[in-house]
This record gives sequence, C-alpha cells and structure tokens, in this order.
Amino acid sequence: MISEFKFCRQLKHNTAVTKPNFAEAPFIRACFALVMLLFCSFSQIEAHEIIVKQGTKINTIQKALAMAQNGDIIRVTASTYFVQDLLIEKSVSLIGTGYPVLDGQKKSNILIVRAPNVTIKGFIIRNSGISNIKDKAGIRVEKGDSVSIIDNRLENTCFGIYLAKVKGGTISGNTIHGINSVIQSGNGIHLWYSHYISILNNKISGQRDGIYFEFATHCTISRNLSEQNHRYGLHFMFSNNDTYTFNTFRNNGSGVAVMYTKYISMTNNTFDQNWGSSSFGLLLKDISRSTISNNTFSRNTSGIYMEGTSDVKCVRNNFLNNGLAVRMLADCEKDTFLLNNFMGNTFDFTTNGTENLNFLKGNYWDKYAGYDLNRDQKGDLPYRPVSLYSQIIEKLPSAVFLLRSFMAELLDKAERALPSMSYVNLYDNEPSMHMIQR
Amino acid sequence: MNKIIKYVLHDIFRNRILLAYVVLLSLSSFGLFMMNEDVSKGLSSLLTVLLIVVPLVSILFTTIYFFNSYEFIELLVAQPLKRSNILLGVYAGVGLSLLTAFWIGIGLPVIIFDGTATGWYFILSGSLLTMVFVSLAFLASVITRDKTRGIGIAMMLWFYFTLIFDGILLMVMFAFSDYPLEKLTIFLSCLNPVDLARIMVLLKMDISALMGYTGAVFNQFFGSSLGIVLSMTVMLIWIILPISIALRIFKRKNL
Repeated sequence: MISEFKFCRQLKHNTAVTKPNFAEAPFIRACFALVMLLFCSFSQIEAHEIIVKQGTKINTIQKALAMAQNGDIIRVTASTYFVQDLLIEKSVSLIGTGYPVLDGQKKSNILIVRAPNVTIKGFIIRNSGISNIKDKAGIRVEKGDSVSIIDNRLENTCFGIYLAKVKGGTISGNTIHGINSVIQSGNGIHLWYSHYISILNNKISGQRDGIYFEFATHCTISRNLSEQNHRYGLHFMFSNNDTYTFNTFRNNGSGVAVMYTKYISMTNNTFDQNWGSSSFGLLLKDISRSTISNNTFSRNTSGIYMEGTSDVKCVRNNFLNNGLAVRMLADCEKDTFLLNNFMGNTFDFTTNGTENLNFLKGNYWDKYAGYDLNRDQKGDLPYRPVSLYSQIIEKLPSAVFLLRSFMAELLDKAERALPSMSYVNLYDNEPSMHMIQR
Repeated sequence: MNKIIKYVLHDIFRNRILLAYVVLLSLSSFGLFMMNEDVSKGLSSLLTVLLIVVPLVSILFTTIYFFNSYEFIELLVAQPLKRSNILLGVYAGVGLSLLTAFWIGIGLPVIIFDGTATGWYFILSGSLLTMVFVSLAFLASVITRDKTRGIGIAMMLWFYFTLIFDGILLMVMFAFSDYPLEKLTIFLSCLNPVDLARIMVLLKMDISALMGYTGAVFNQFFGSSLGIVLSMTVMLIWIILPISIALRIFKRKNL
C-alpha cells in the first residue's frame, strides 16, 4: 500500500509537471490498484503447502522438494529422517512441527541450500559428517540470499551453520552444540564472504569457534551466548562494518578475537571467565576506527589484549577481577580510554614500551589513592595504571616469581610514594573518584 | 617429655596473646571470604596474611614465650631430665599450640569456604610455615641469653625471609637477566621457606595463569609428584635443621 501510494504520488507529481490536466489520475490509480490486487491474490494461490508425514504418499523431504515450486511451504511432521547432502534449490520454506530430526548419520553435510529466500525452521539437525579436509556442516548455504534459519537445534555437527557468499539473511534462535572435540570440531556459525546477515539469540557451545567471520561485512550479531568453545567464542577476520551487541562470551578456550578489521562496533557484551595461561576476554589485532563501549570484562586472564590497534574508542566498560585488565602493546596508537571502571584486577594496565601514543581520561581505578581537594569528583593527582612491578616483569619475565609476595606489594607502594620510579609514560590525568554508573 | 608438653600446652592455652592471635586470624579469614563474593579471590587475599602475619606471630610469640619461661626451663634443667627432652618438649608444646591456633583461625574458615584441594594445600603450607618459624625462633632464642637480643634476632630472621631475600633475588635476576633463570629460581626458592610456601599455594590457584612461561616451568616442576615430594622435603628440612642446631647449642650451653 505504501509503495502504491508513493507511486501514485510520484505519478501525480509527474503529471502535474507535464500536464495540468488531472482527469486521468483517478483512472490510473484504479487500474493500478486492480493490478496489485490481482497480483496479490495470484501469488497467494501460488503458495502451496506440502506436508511431509510418515505413512502418507509424501514421506520424505526429497519427495516434497521434488513436488514443490518456488514460494511453497513444506511442513515436516515429527519423525526421524535420514538425510545427507539434501539439496534445496527452490525458494521454499522448510518448517518442522514438533521438532522433526534430520540425521546425517555422520556422513556428509545434512542440508545444502542453493536458492534465495529459503527458510529452515524448527528442526533438530544432528550427526553431520566429520572431516579434516572438507567443511561438513549441519546447514550449508551457498549463494542463498535472504536465507532464514530459525529455531533449530543442531547437535553433533562438525560445522553448525555455514554461509558462503550469501547476501542478506537471518540466523536466529538456534541452539548449536558441537562434537566437542579439540581437533575435529568446526565452527558453530561460519560466515565466509557474506554480507548483511543478522545473527540473533543463538546459543553455541562445544565448537572450535562459536561464531566465525571471514570477509563478512555489515552484519549484526546480537544477544547470542557463546560458551565453552575450544578456540574463540567469536572470531573475526577481515570483516569490516560489523556490529555486535548484548552477546555473552563465556569460558571459551581463548576468548574473542577480532583481527585485521575496521569499523567494528562492540557494545554491551559480556566477556566472562576466559581464564587460562594464553587466554583473554577480547583480542584486538590490527583493528582501527572501532568502538568498544558498555561491555563487561570479568574474570579473564587479560580483559583486552591490544596489538597494532589505532583509533579504537573504549568507553564506559567495566573491567572486573581480571588478571590484567588491559594489555596494550607499544604499537597501539590513538586509542582512547574514557569513563571505564577498573576494579579488582591484579594488574590494571600493562604495556611493553615506554612511550605512549594513547589517551586515558576520567576512568575509575580502585587502586587510585589520590585525593580531590577542589571536589570536582576528579582526582588531583594523575593515576599511573602501569604498576612498577608489572614494568619489572616486562623487563624481566622471571620476576613473575615474586607475584603476590610482600616484595611485589612493597614495590607498588614505593612507586606511589615516588612516582619518578616509574618510566612508562602512561597516565590518567583526571581519574574519577567514584565508580562510574552506566 | 609428655608431661612437659602437657604443661606447656596448658600454660599457653590460658595465654591471652594466643587467643588474640586466633581471633585476629579468624576475623581476617572470615572477613576476607565474606567481602569477596569470589572464594578464590578471598583465598588469594588470605595468602598475604599467611605469608606475613603467620610467620611473624609464630616467630615472635615463640621467642617471647621461650624467654618468659626461661626460669621454668632452668628449673627443669636442674631436674634429672635430658636437656634434649626439655627443649623438644617445650618446642612441641609451643608448636602444637600455634598449629592449633592456625587451624582454628585459618584452617576452619578455609575448609568451610573452599574445601577443594587448593584449600587443603593452603592449610598444609601454612602449617609447615608455622613450624618452620617456630624452629627458627628456638634457634634465635638459644643463640643469646638476652631477651631483647633474642627478639631482635627473631625479627631480623622474619624480615630476611619475607623481604630481604626477595630483594636480593630480584637483584640477582637483574644481574643475570641474559640467562634463562627459571630453573635457577626453582633452586633459589628452596632457600626461602616463605617463597616456597607461596609458590606451592600460588600454582594451585587461578592466578598462576598470569605467570606465563615462568609459571609453566614452575608448574611442570612443582606439579609433578617428584616436585611435590621434593618441596615437602625441603620444608621439612627447614623445620628440622634450625631446631637440631638449636638443640646442639642448648645442650652445650651454660645456662
């Protein structure tokens, strides 16, 4: 209706410009409405429903697909169907009622979509093949634009949902639990060269990477839970202009990695319990012009590990109880840390250089011991987040032997008394006196 | 000897200082566990108490007790008793009472809040550390006859093991920073019971993930059964060696 209205308005406008005569306008409008109506009813007649049920003529999905035409709905009733490499080459909606099971018997891919506008909803998809050479997936979509994969449960699949060269689409409400093997697991949701995809409300565990992006741009990842995956909860490579918000990444092998990417927005996520000697909440490598805001980093070995980043804005995040909250290597530049809370971290900041090209302001540091005489809620003395002991460890890695010793604590106290002992040129000139509410 | 132990225990349990020690330990441990909603965080804060307060109180209390009961010891020496029995009796009495205080003050809360292997390791290390410093206190006490000097020596020993040793270690590390030092630090840690206890507990805690490569080397050593046996042996040596030296001095000493 809206498009029709617009069209008419445009028509009206055109006729107004070319001819001052309005007599024909109502007639054209009526004709157009009639055509629209006809078209609508025509397409409605076109959409068949095919029901796949055991004991009837159509007892396999293959038969239903052979009968179906573009736009049809195939309803699959609850039962177990053994399928492998089931090719969907028509724009159909495959809808399961009562969670029918598609079992791949550990042989190959289970569903392969090669048509646009395909919907797959309400299935349990289990036991895909496992291979080290071919990426075998529960649902594999190749060039199937505007695909919808909704409310499925994927169990024991090597790769869960695999999108290659797809433009537009939604993956939402799926639960993916992989084969939980350190070596053979694939990725939960894998995007390669795909654009404008929304990934919402999925739960992913027991995979290699929970969500993997390679050359995937303009995508949204929102409200997903990615936990107990063997490598990364989320893994980005060369994927610009993506947004991820309100996700939780918990207890993954080594956290979340975002690499070689520009224009990423990371907001309101939780990075939790990514603990281990080579683990981190968020790894940034060669990231530029991105925003990290309102996230919570709690109980990670390193909250954020930054390498070669530039122009990254880190605003209003909470860093709680991490081993080290931020590790920023010396090749980072023009990064900003504003209004973050740093609480209960063993080390707030570590870096491996002496010069600093980044900017810190107005953060709350629970280790700050300064005062505020003019009551402007900003500490009068600058805070140096890189502690003397961490500087010593940087020069002399074996000094980590003294971790938690009286000596280490005394060194940090001494640094507060004599700030000139510290040689790293990194400080917050206006540390907040109070925890920053957000 | 049993009678001496019994008497010493009876004497110390009436002592208000020991009671204060128990109260201090339980307040700090319950306080730390309740303040941190995270148990492992409470335990790692309690580690500081374990490494500083427990040795300090153990060594000071023992030294002061020894000098305060000097007359009693003199009286016992006048009796037909072996000197070694007298000293060992007093040693066992003081050691047992301090251990009991430690078990009530820290052991109990740790078991309540964190009954895992880490907690038990923590208690074991604390108990060993208590005994090491009781032994060192006896050594400090028999060296001199003067109470003030004895306390001074005890304080110096505590100061050396908790701080000066680590300072020297850091300087050595800086001087030889071009060499791989991990194995050397394992050896050097054996020279300080406080460091040894700290590393033993630390490696069992989450925080060890921060230790990187050095931590991995430590874990490989202290995590193996050989490493555990070895570190326990070294701790036992730290208990036995000072008290046997003290015994030798005490036997020959002109009281």
